[in-house]
Amino acid sequence: MKKEFVYLGILAVLMLALPAVAGPYWLSVATLILYFAYTGQAWNVMMGFAGQLSLGHSLYVGVGAYAAGAIFFHYGIGPWAGLWVAMLLCVALGLVIGFLAFRFGISGVYFALLTIAFAEFTRIGFDHLDWLGGPGGMFLKVAQRDTWDVLNFRGPPLMYYYSMLLLTALAFLGCYFLLKSRAGYYWQAIRENEEAAQALGINTFRWKMAAVALSAAMTSISGVFFAFYYNNLFPHEIFSMNRSIELILGPVIGGIGTLFGPIFGAAVLTLLSDGITEALAALGWEIPGIKQVFYGLVLLAVVMFLPHGIWPAIAKRLKIRA
Amino acid sequence: MNRRNFNRALAASAALAAVPYVRAQSPKLKIGVILPKSGYLSFIGQSCQKGADLAPGVIRDLLGVDIELMNADFESNVDTARTRAERLIQEGANVLVGPFDSGAAAAIAQVAEQRGVPFVINIAAAPQITEQGYKFVFRNFQTAGDIVRNGLALMGELFQATNTVPRTAVFMHVNDTFGQAMAKGIGAFMPRLTQLPFKIVDTISYDPAAKDLTVEVSKAKAANADFLMLVCRLNDAIILRREMVKQRWNPMGIVSPGSPGMYEEQYFKALGKLSEHSISNVPWYNPNAKLTKVVEKAFLKQNPKDKLVFHGLNAGFTFEAILVAADAYKRAKSTDAKTLADAIRQTNITEKMTLGGPIKFNEKGQVEGIGSACVQNLNLTPTVVLPTNAATAKPVFPAPYYKK
Amino acid sequence: MSVDLVANVVIAGVLTGLVYGLMALGLSVIFGVVRVVNFAHGEMMTVAMYAATILFAAFKLDPFLAMLPVAALFFVLGYALQAGLINPFITRPEHSQFMLLVAVAIVMVNAMLMIFGPDARNVQLDYQLESFEIGKILIDKARLYAAGAALVAAAALFCFFRYSLTGKAIRACADNYLGAKVVGLNVKKYYAFTFGLGSACVAVAGCAMALLVDVTPPLGPYYTLLAFVIVIVGGLGSMTGALLGGVLIGVSEALAGLFITPSAKSMFSFGLLILVLLLRPQGLLGRR
Repeated sequence: MKKEFVYLGILAVLMLALPAVAGPYWLSVATLILYFAYTGQAWNVMMGFAGQLSLGHSLYVGVGAYAAGAIFFHYGIGPWAGLWVAMLLCVALGLVIGFLAFRFGISGVYFALLTIAFAEFTRIGFDHLDWLGGPGGMFLKVAQRDTWDVLNFRGPPLMYYYSMLLLTALAFLGCYFLLKSRAGYYWQAIRENEEAAQALGINTFRWKMAAVALSAAMTSISGVFFAFYYNNLFPHEIFSMNRSIELILGPVIGGIGTLFGPIFGAAVLTLLSDGITEALAALGWEIPGIKQVFYGLVLLAVVMFLPHGIWPAIAKRLKIRA
Repeated sequence: MNRRNFNRALAASAALAAVPYVRAQSPKLKIGVILPKSGYLSFIGQSCQKGADLAPGVIRDLLGVDIELMNADFESNVDTARTRAERLIQEGANVLVGPFDSGAAAAIAQVAEQRGVPFVINIAAAPQITEQGYKFVFRNFQTAGDIVRNGLALMGELFQATNTVPRTAVFMHVNDTFGQAMAKGIGAFMPRLTQLPFKIVDTISYDPAAKDLTVEVSKAKAANADFLMLVCRLNDAIILRREMVKQRWNPMGIVSPGSPGMYEEQYFKALGKLSEHSISNVPWYNPNAKLTKVVEKAFLKQNPKDKLVFHGLNAGFTFEAILVAADAYKRAKSTDAKTLADAIRQTNITEKMTLGGPIKFNEKGQVEGIGSACVQNLNLTPTVVLPTNAATAKPVFPAPYYKK
Repeated sequence: MSVDLVANVVIAGVLTGLVYGLMALGLSVIFGVVRVVNFAHGEMMTVAMYAATILFAAFKLDPFLAMLPVAALFFVLGYALQAGLINPFITRPEHSQFMLLVAVAIVMVNAMLMIFGPDARNVQLDYQLESFEIGKILIDKARLYAAGAALVAAAALFCFFRYSLTGKAIRACADNYLGAKVVGLNVKKYYAFTFGLGSACVAVAGCAMALLVDVTPPLGPYYTLLAFVIVIVGGLGSMTGALLGGVLIGVSEALAGLFITPSAKSMFSFGLLILVLLLRPQGLLGRR
């Protein structure tokens, strides 16, 4: 136990001190890593804890982003209020999907396809909603401030970095305590063998719904961050299947169900993607598509040889719990 | 850690980041060229790159200034656009040029503004980009509104020049960022342009990713309009044209008030004779301009098997964006970002290759008065038929395949 | 809205739907038997389309004639893919399978981009632009022929599964994995065979589609999703279901495009998918 806290402590200090040594480019990369780490962790709650494979998670990112964005765009109300609307909407959406799925006994691949269908349906739907900008996108008014305007979530890149760091840390801690709590045990029981869990008297329906709701809520915060960091939203981008896949790459590579897996996975993937681009540029191989081929091959290798993700393997080496 | 220390740390990192700029008082101007070289925009990105690649040579001859291009591919993805921009700035780019896509342009603009590095947009039509009050973002291209206004006006000229009076049009457009902006523009400008003889009898929007446009064309054909007004992209333009033949729909012509697709090389390759007589009213280069001839020669040297005319819009505007950067550098005599930005603001280039007035940025960083041309596909080549001072052939309307 | 407009649109929808159905057929066979979520299905179809265009460019080979060699090639490749890469994953959790095939799909799409570039490629035959005229109805020639090929291929597959020994063995493996093993069937071999068969199906569908659509690398993911929608709607493991699902999607999209706005027609398919998943998850003709 002690070892893990030591490592975590060191990591925390490193992350806090990062901006002092990193240039703006690396800061933006780090922010991106944290974004994927956090969102991956949110997805992990549904998958890793309750065993429900969601392949349409971009739905929550998008709805969250548009909710907070629209409120800011049309009414000038800051993200702290918009955050609650975003969470509420996403939780409602998640509950609807969960209800429809679980009541009708849909699981596994069918559930995954259901989530994809909802995401795609919403994507095309948003393309036709003029109030939200339609396919032309929603552009939030950008105000470059050198000071930290926390109320409106506007400021230098440093602010975004620390916010994302805070979110990721909170998510990590939150999940840690959740896993140790009764909810955590129920979830793991459901994940391992739902029928047995039910036989033991666990209300599987209620707990699955709780996992879905929590995951949706956490992901919606991710969406709100996205809206105010990038300041422009397009339905075909934010709801796309590509984004859904992007979100889950981190946890899958890192290790589903583990606490640190999504964070590790996000770091590895982002750095890998960057590294490949640099290596290819250095070699002078400027063929479009070659980077993604390498990327895909690495993915393939990890999935084939390290099926539980990279992190558990490393954790074993370091002799700490995943 | 209190606020003061934070600010100090911030200032320290900013100073550290600024060091490269101070050091780079080298004679070469470093221009970061961000284009979509992979992903769904790859064909256009590569087309733009051709315009960039010939720039250093031409500009050295023209202005006596040395520039170095730093190419980056944002993979038709907005996130990547942002990180690539950051990376280029990190590696010492003094100016950014790109990106063709409005979403990416918005993302890069933010980065440029934040880091105080000038960004010259080659092609992007979303009006909002120059409405944000940015001080470092410049656009030498028409906004969607301008494109529509010029496009519709050219239509009027086309009908006058060919003595035709079409009464009805069916309007088809892609349902994406660009198509929607154009549709809005048309909705706004049509009622004002009373000299146009036609009315739009039906509007049909379609998915740019659709592979099958049977339903859309059936609907359009059923509207029984005189001609087809089309805002499209390359792939759907090809599909539409073929579908029109299959459904035996032969209107007076296909006229675009301003969109890519029908003048691109792939359109001709895929459709052969069927590509004839389609018309696009787009920002274009002036075939008779002095600079055009120079650029054309350089283009042929680098691409002996290709013709500039197929890359007119893409290569032309990309080249001009780089020209703007180089010209500013010549006047500023420094690669310092702020000095460059100020110099760009003072730009007044009259000797240019695209149509319209001189390259001069207004206080929003937008160039006004960029012209459009009526480009018709004649003899398997996009040919400027209007305005008459830039034309190399006469317009043909209605098309020979027209059946009443 | 005139009757012939609707009729024209519906007929086109049916014909295109049949080709989609053939593509989905391959997936239904694979999914129904091997139970693997082949997320690279659309990408395989795209490769088949490229194969058809290459054969046309090199030998002026009509895609209909190209169907046989391409199908044979794909059978071999599918067999190899299953035996080599996918077999160990059958017992692994679904998300693992999914990620494996997503990775395969990413490699495929981008390899195609590297090799063929982003330009659209196509086949250019005269009859592609011709249509049969029956009164006010215009039937696209190429579409009709493609749909015909789809029906023939589907019928062949159906006969194979009904009447041949291998076909029956495969169905046994699908119905009862343990039981099949008990009676001594080499299940792994049959799985590979089935994957090969499904791939051959996709190959035929790809050649047919090459007549109707220009091929670009991003088509892959689009078709993968479409195939899944059709298979779910039509019913897993049912061949007639796959064809029916294809036709249904084809027609519903056409009608949605006609009466509502064309740009939202895909929304309709996904809505249909959601409804089917909720109300009748085994699909219209599937068995539970």
